[in-house]
Amino acid sequence: MRSRSAAIAAASVLSALAALAASGCAPQETAGSASGPSSSAAKPGSCAADALATKAKGKLTVGTDTPAYAPWFQDDDPSNSKGYESAVAYAVAQKLGFAKGDVVWQKVAFNNAFAPGAKTFDFDINQVSINEDRRKAVDLSSGYYDVRQTIIALKNSKAAKATSLADLKGAKLGAQVGTTSLDVINDLIKPDQQPSVFQKNDLAKAALKNGQVDAIVVDLPTAFYITGAEVTEAKVVGQFETPAGAAKEQFGLVLDKDSALTSCVSQAVDALRKDGTLAAIEKQWLSDAAGAPVLK
Amino acid sequence: MYRPSQRRIERERYKRSRTRRATAVATLSTALTLTVLFLVVTGSPGWPRTKETFFNAEYARQALPKVLDGLWLNLQLLVVCGAVTLVLGLLLAVARTLRGPAFFPLRALATAYVDFFRGLPLIICLLAVIFGVPALRLQGVPTDPVVLGGTALVLTYSAYMAEVFRAGIESVHPSQRAAARSLGLSNAQTMRFVVLPQAVRRVVPPLLNDLVSLQKDTGLVSIAGAVDAVYAAQILSSKTFNYTPYVVAGLVFVLLTIPMTRFTDWVTARMNRRQSQGGTV
Repeated sequence: MRSRSAAIAAASVLSALAALAASGCAPQETAGSASGPSSSAAKPGSCAADALATKAKGKLTVGTDTPAYAPWFQDDDPSNSKGYESAVAYAVAQKLGFAKGDVVWQKVAFNNAFAPGAKTFDFDINQVSINEDRRKAVDLSSGYYDVRQTIIALKNSKAAKATSLADLKGAKLGAQVGTTSLDVINDLIKPDQQPSVFQKNDLAKAALKNGQVDAIVVDLPTAFYITGAEVTEAKVVGQFETPAGAAKEQFGLVLDKDSALTSCVSQAVDALRKDGTLAAIEKQWLSDAAGAPVLK
Repeated sequence: MYRPSQRRIERERYKRSRTRRATAVATLSTALTLTVLFLVVTGSPGWPRTKETFFNAEYARQALPKVLDGLWLNLQLLVVCGAVTLVLGLLLAVARTLRGPAFFPLRALATAYVDFFRGLPLIICLLAVIFGVPALRLQGVPTDPVVLGGTALVLTYSAYMAEVFRAGIESVHPSQRAAARSLGLSNAQTMRFVVLPQAVRRVVPPLLNDLVSLQKDTGLVSIAGAVDAVYAAQILSSKTFNYTPYVVAGLVFVLLTIPMTRFTDWVTARMNRRQSQGGTV
């Protein structure tokens, strides 16, 4: 009778799978179709706050990583509208017609911002550089900040005296994973030793202090913040130029792939750039970039 | 001259037919299950995007050489740390099982070491060694993150291995020790020629288990910036927001573990053969 019980077992497994296929795997509703506009006044395709299919009706959910680093955020609290990215997020929300109280912050690790599957945010603001590969995985808004990469080293180190890219060839360099800073090291400096790659800038700073790396590459505002407040024995050695022909590097807001909000958010960012709001926020929160020589 | 009876031939034929039938049913049900699974997965609404995100041939091609470069670091760490942990673990176990009141401080120290490093989370041990030791600014202490990371791995894993060895030593029956002593062997000789050979032979499988575990934990030294196979995958993934490099790295690790598992099986089988020399009862 063994084979009969095996057949029964197989049949039951199969029917369970079939049931799973029929019910449990029904397509998820996509964000775009989740909640249609409730008020008939707003015409579809408009960017009015009540017409937008946001995660929570009438609220704008914004994601960022924790800890939220200065000068992008202040006191590790994105909701105080202090710091460049916090201010930009509230400016975008205002452009879309959301009041300050309608902005909800969500903790989203850098790596989770682009994980496939349903997103927990309407848009994510986390110093994410725009590139074509990334556009295949998520939607990215227009750029809200033009990035320049810089290199910082301990004042008494050999790397601090570098005046050209060639002077950095022999140094042990470091950068954070997933940043364009790492691309600058690999594609522009092309050092002799393999660069160190860190999960967080905190670890890169610790290694710099310990002398485990000679210099680290970070974006300009971060560099000024680190040398001004966190590792005062380090200095900004110089900044890098975008290679001729390459696209200018910009940070963009991350949205779910094919999100219904992308065009509206991009329009809001473009409008903020046009009317000078972005420039004003930059002036308020980010150090002046003068004084860092360009390394060639 | 033995001739199977008609009834026996009949019985065997019936048994064979039942076996054939069972095999056929198993094959059919497996094929059906796989088909349903395949249809469920590939028919799911998110499948095209999942395929694009996890199984992209172009990104896999880019990732493989970098992942293999990183794997070289994993293998170096595995060989060096593996050898050092085995030796250190055995020494710790012997220290813990020494007899005699004069050895009390040694026993206590070994016990304290094992308790501490077995309980300390590996990631904290790594952070403390990699970023803490260079901060002391001592002359002559290495600051190379790979050396420091390897040291942290040795600290933790030698404590694990010490416990495995100790279990082996204590599992050797006291009569073995008594017999050896009555033959005139000293305590040290008894340990060396009678107890340890049996103890080590008994704990080979759990030791190899720990080695496989160590092999996977070697990647954690990447916390200091060194690039191993998994980290190489992460660097690519976070640049392109595509997860295929992780899949490549995962498969490479699985492929690496298979020969190790076969080796374990072979060692175990050989030991069993040796122990049951003269045939099993």
